[in-house]
Formats: sequence, C-alpha cells, structure tokens
Amino acid sequence: MEEIFNKKNIKTWSIIGSRATFGLFSLDLVKKEKDIIIVTADVSTSAGLDKFRKNFPNNFVDVGISEQNMIGVATGLTRMNYRVITTTFSPFQTLRCCEQIKVNMGYMKDKITMVGLASGLILGPLGFTHCSIEDIGVLRSIPNLSIISPADSLETAKSILASLNYKDSVYIRLTGGTPNPSIYENDYKFEIGKGIIINRGNKIAIIANGAMVYNCIKASEILKKNNINPTIINMHTVKPLDEHIIIKESKNFDFIFTVEEHNIIGGLGSAVSEAMTKNNIKAKLVRLGIYDNYPKAGSYNHLKKKLNLDAEGISKSILNKIKNVI
Amino acid sequence: MISKDHSKLENSVKNIRKKILQMAYHGGSSSAHIGGALSLAEIVTVIFGSVANFEKDNKNFRDSFILSKGHACLAYYASLIEYGFIDESEMKKFESDESILMGHPIKNLEKFIDFSTGSLGIGLSIGVGLCIGMKKRKLNNNVYVIIGDGECNEGIIWEAAMCASHFKLDNLKVILDLNSYQQTGSTNNIMNTNDLSKKWESFNWDVQSVDGHSTKEIYENLIYKRNDKPKMLIAKTTKGKGISFIENDNQWHHSILTKQKYEEALKELA
Repeated sequence: MEEIFNKKNIKTWSIIGSRATFGLFSLDLVKKEKDIIIVTADVSTSAGLDKFRKNFPNNFVDVGISEQNMIGVATGLTRMNYRVITTTFSPFQTLRCCEQIKVNMGYMKDKITMVGLASGLILGPLGFTHCSIEDIGVLRSIPNLSIISPADSLETAKSILASLNYKDSVYIRLTGGTPNPSIYENDYKFEIGKGIIINRGNKIAIIANGAMVYNCIKASEILKKNNINPTIINMHTVKPLDEHIIIKESKNFDFIFTVEEHNIIGGLGSAVSEAMTKNNIKAKLVRLGIYDNYPKAGSYNHLKKKLNLDAEGISKSILNKIKNVI
Repeated sequence: MISKDHSKLENSVKNIRKKILQMAYHGGSSSAHIGGALSLAEIVTVIFGSVANFEKDNKNFRDSFILSKGHACLAYYASLIEYGFIDESEMKKFESDESILMGHPIKNLEKFIDFSTGSLGIGLSIGVGLCIGMKKRKLNNNVYVIIGDGECNEGIIWEAAMCASHFKLDNLKVILDLNSYQQTGSTNNIMNTNDLSKKWESFNWDVQSVDGHSTKEIYENLIYKRNDKPKMLIAKTTKGKGISFIENDNQWHHSILTKQKYEEALKELA
C-alpha cells in the first residue's frame, strides 16, 4: 500500500481534509483488502464514502441512525472474520455507544477500527451536541482500546492502515477542517504508540496532536521571534502513550506544554501528566485546551481564537507562563 | 443436531433444571439468578439438544448462540454441561473465584461461550451482525438469541429489531422469554411493554407465540422455511418453572437457595 502515500495524494488529501481523505483512501484500501467492511450510521456522505457505498456494496453496511447497534453489528461481522471499520460523527461514535465499546472491544476484545468524524471543535456552528471534547477522556479508561489523533490527512490514512493491522481496537479521532494543512509533505514512518519529533529545541517542549500540531508549529514561529526554540512532539497516539519520547526529549526541560482540542481533563494533557508522575519528570506541566466547560458555540476559527488554541493564543499562553522563569 | 425425540428432550429438560439448582446451591456466591434460568429450560434444551448445529464447517464457521439475557446463565451453563461442551466438574465452581462460570457469561471460545453478556440488549445486536456476515459469506448457518421481556425495555433491542428486518435476516432466530417479570416486579408494573407480538410484527418480523414449556412447540417453530424475515418466538413461560415455591415468586429473580429449599426443590423434580 506504500505507493499510495505519494506526493500527489498527500497534496490532494490535504486539500480535501481528513474526512474526505478517509473516504478516498478507503477506495484504495478495499481493492487490497477484500474482507474489509465499513459500517456507518447514516453518514456515508459526511465520511466521503458515497463512491465506496456505490462501488463496493458488499463491503458496506449502513445501519441507519443507531450507533449502539452499529457497534453490535460490527462485532458480529468481526466474528465472521471481516476487518471492520465503523464511522460516524465523533460524539455518536464514542459516547453514544460507549458501553458497547467497553463490552465488545474492551472486555471481549473484538477488534474494530472506529473513525470518529469531525471531532474537537470543527462543528462549532452546530453547537456542542456535535463538537467532541470528551471522547478521549471517556475512551482512555477502557482497556484493550488504543486512541489515535492524526495530525493531518496523510497521517489519517496512515493511521487507518496501521490500525487495521494493529493488535487492539483503535479509535481514530479526526480533527481539523478543509483544507487540512500538511505537517508532512512526504511519506514518513508512522507507528502506533511512537511519538514523532517535529522540532528539536531546548528548555520547553510542546506536545500536541490532531489539528493542534499545525497550530503549534505556527506558534513556535512566533516563539522563535522571542528567542524561544521549543521541542515539538506530534503525539498522535494518546494510548498507548509514548512515555519514552517524553523522557528522552524533555526530561531536563523547564516546561512541558500539552495542546489539545479537548477538555484538559482526561485527554492528552492528563495522559502526559500521568507519564511524568510515573517517570519522575520534574518539568512543570501546563495543559492547554478547553477548561472543563462548554463555551458559547461559534465557528471553528472563532472558537480556536477564543479558547487560545490558534497559533497566537498558544504562543501567548506559553510566553505568559515562562516569562520571568526562562 | 442431536435429537428431535421429545422424550429424550424432556429428560434433558429435567436434567437441566436439576443442574440449575445444583449450581445455584453449590455456587461460591450466596445468591443466584434462579427464576429466569428455570423459565428457560425447555428453550435451551431445544436449541442445544436439537435445532442448532455447533459442528464447525471447513472454514471454521458454525451456528451461533447468544444468551442476551445473560443473567439467566445457569440455564446456559446447564445445557453446555448436559450436552458435553463443558465438564460436569465445573458445576461446583459456579461463581467461585476465577471460575469460568460466573454470574454472567464470560467469553470463552473453547467452552462454547462465544459472548460476554449481562449488559442487557447488547447480545441481540451482535446476533444481527453475525447474520449479516453469514449472508455475505453465503453460509446457511443460523444464529439463536434468547432475550427477555424485561430486556425489551432497552432501546438497542429496537435498533437491532429494525436492522434485522431491514436486512431480511431470516437466519436470525430469537426466542423472547415472556415470563412477565423483571428485576423488581411484574413487567406490567415496572414498564409495560403491552403487546410484544404486535410490536415485533410491526417491525416486520415473522412472529409466533408459543408455549415456552412445550419442547414440541418450540422445536416446530424453530425448524421452519426461510421467508426473508427474522424469526421471533414469543415464548410464554413461568418464571421459576418446575419448582412450585419458586414459580411466579419474583423474590427468586436473584436469591439464596438454602439446603432445605434445595432438597425440597430436587424432590419436586424427581
């Protein structure tokens, strides 16, 4: 499949965003992996799967708007030796069917790849029934389930492929809009549970995932003007968390900042905090994200700005924290 | 497929009721779900002793069984033991530490416990997925699922009901144990499901009401010609069936079987 990760596709995927990339990539995937079935809950268009639905009806099951049943059906299909991907909007792919995820994927270890569409704040104009800032926190406590938040469209495609070949069930959390800026212009080595260094700096580290990785890169350009050169880690896998990269790259740093499009409770920041405690890392941890509330709804850009999760907000928060210290 | 000889089946029904009581009495935990297990004895006997085929084909596929009302696991374990899937020696370990037979079924493929159930409603939906997969693979296998009337309070039951008829899953055979009670009282008082036959018919299932204690009626309605509709047997049962002092007394939903009561009960089965 590696030939699919070419420059042309990477560029196209970036333009169309992560959701449509999922749909487009699935067309390539099903040609190689005949036993794949995608199960949706009436969201084929939103997932970019219309062509897939039309051309591969035997590999596609739409259960209508019934997410709990979607997980049950996916489990049954898994037992019939199919490799199953489920998908719907993130809140409904996770919290709506949380107990089915626990029992079927966690407890019984039935292996399913779940793709949560439009997580984080991208659906801001539709309100917080549709935004998803709790998904990682809730799912992280379920054993036998891994969680990936891809940084761009290429990483979305690579996550799906890696998840199908991974030992456990995986929740892939799609964030960002259209276009979805590229972090990676070329193919690169992606492995579930292994963070990736984007920039090696000193004194402070920024650990981010999903669409926040791009904003952190942009934030670091502002920081560099202030003579701050942060290490940036793309921690695409929240579970299992790559503790090793935190130890190796930031053990003696003054500050570690986590940046996530998620409640600061339960998500990446919490996971990093647990790893730091366990490994006796003395750096001061600052978690940037949504501070355990439901802000008034608005556009993605509006919400990122208001919540200090755009490049300016991130750099401002970092500078405020480190002034007089570094 | 073992037998459609009803005298043999009736004999197994009696053995299964006896095993339910033995496990409940000897089990490591003080109380067990007794009433809802006893109501299932004829149903599990027909499935395990007659209609289902658990022999694997050359691709490793076979019929499936799901006890969606997982708390009635004593009836499930009793039939697995009666038909030789699990060794009799496991019986005394029911609900004891680290046992394979706990108070709800725990997935154990070697022992023919395919699914961990107990969280109500989840099992039927998995059955729907199995049936879709069997159709896609062009297999002739069936999936047998037992649900409860109390379990029909759960929303996912109706999601699965809609889905099964939409996909014309006539390889799905569901037996609804209509014993008219749920945990804390009668279904009429706790959550009135009204006419369940009409409800399932309106979901476009092939519905048949049967006497849930007649192996003959259950058998005849599970062996049927496929007609593009999932099959629903509404099995009218008596909660606690077979033991006079347990029948229709809902304190036996989950209760302690003392030595005296155990001996009394065994006498009734003799």
